[in-house]
Amino acid sequence: MARVVVDVMPKPEILDPQGQAVAGALPRLGFDGVAEVRQGKHFELEVDDSVDDDTLAKIAEGFLANPVIEDWTIRRVEQ
Amino acid sequence: MTARIGVITFPGTLDDVDAARAVRYSGAEAVSLWHADADLHGVDAVVVPGGFSYGDYLRCGAIARFAPVMTSVIDAAGKGMPVLGICNGFQILCEAGLLPGALVRNEKLHFVCRDQWLRVENNTTSWSTRYDSGAEVLIPLKSGEGGYMADEPTLERLEGDGRVVFRYVGENPNGSRSDIAGVADESGRVVGLMPHPEHAIDALTGPSDDGLGMFYSALDALGVAA
Repeated sequence: MARVVVDVMPKPEILDPQGQAVAGALPRLGFDGVAEVRQGKHFELEVDDSVDDDTLAKIAEGFLANPVIEDWTIRRVEQ
Repeated sequence: MTARIGVITFPGTLDDVDAARAVRYSGAEAVSLWHADADLHGVDAVVVPGGFSYGDYLRCGAIARFAPVMTSVIDAAGKGMPVLGICNGFQILCEAGLLPGALVRNEKLHFVCRDQWLRVENNTTSWSTRYDSGAEVLIPLKSGEGGYMADEPTLERLEGDGRVVFRYVGENPNGSRSDIAGVADESGRVVGLMPHPEHAIDALTGPSDDGLGMFYSALDALGVAA
């Protein structure tokens, strides 16, 4: 078994109102100096060793992310 | 001949009952389609209604898009069957790749629920021929993730090909690019929109009966008098 992390983020050109709302709340909470927040999704997959990188790419591109609005990265994590 | 129009129910669908009612109001037979059943039961057209299929988990429509019934709908749409996606149904059709673009969280984060004026930009699709081009119609809009997004080349292609079917009139309610409320595929037979025509079929229960025209239009496209 291996742990695979897939991070999905809104594309830079896509407005991220949730991230903006978080950024807007920080000064009100007394935290200054945070210029921008972008909010995305973080997936942790426990996968069999038989699952190859091509399959992981299909999972990320075809399901976990929507390529129209999101970018994604895939990495295997040492456990 | 009475047209048979299928209305899909996923877990979390809310507006299948109203959509079926709208189908019956237009004079067609409403056929319930179940998400787990790949059989379209010989319907002539399909409505993918609104709601929160599969709890909107992952992304709106992302899981519904893989339901057995959608595999059949994608196949039938490729062969020319008229398909209308309303709200969550629009999101599902975009996720399925039947329509371009994607729907994202409303620009101001608020869930919007109001009667919304739309302008009919294309009255040649299977779902819009009963409207005059440029007509303004009043249809309820109720969504939290209704912001229509597509990259610039896609937007230019949609505008150039006249595939923007409905556009918001007045203040943009959700941050949709180019005020887009609904689009069509290249054939004009698959249409999706965020507002809910099935809630505007009778002055008793909606702000107008402007939504009924979409269902009549489909019957015209099927060659059935209504």
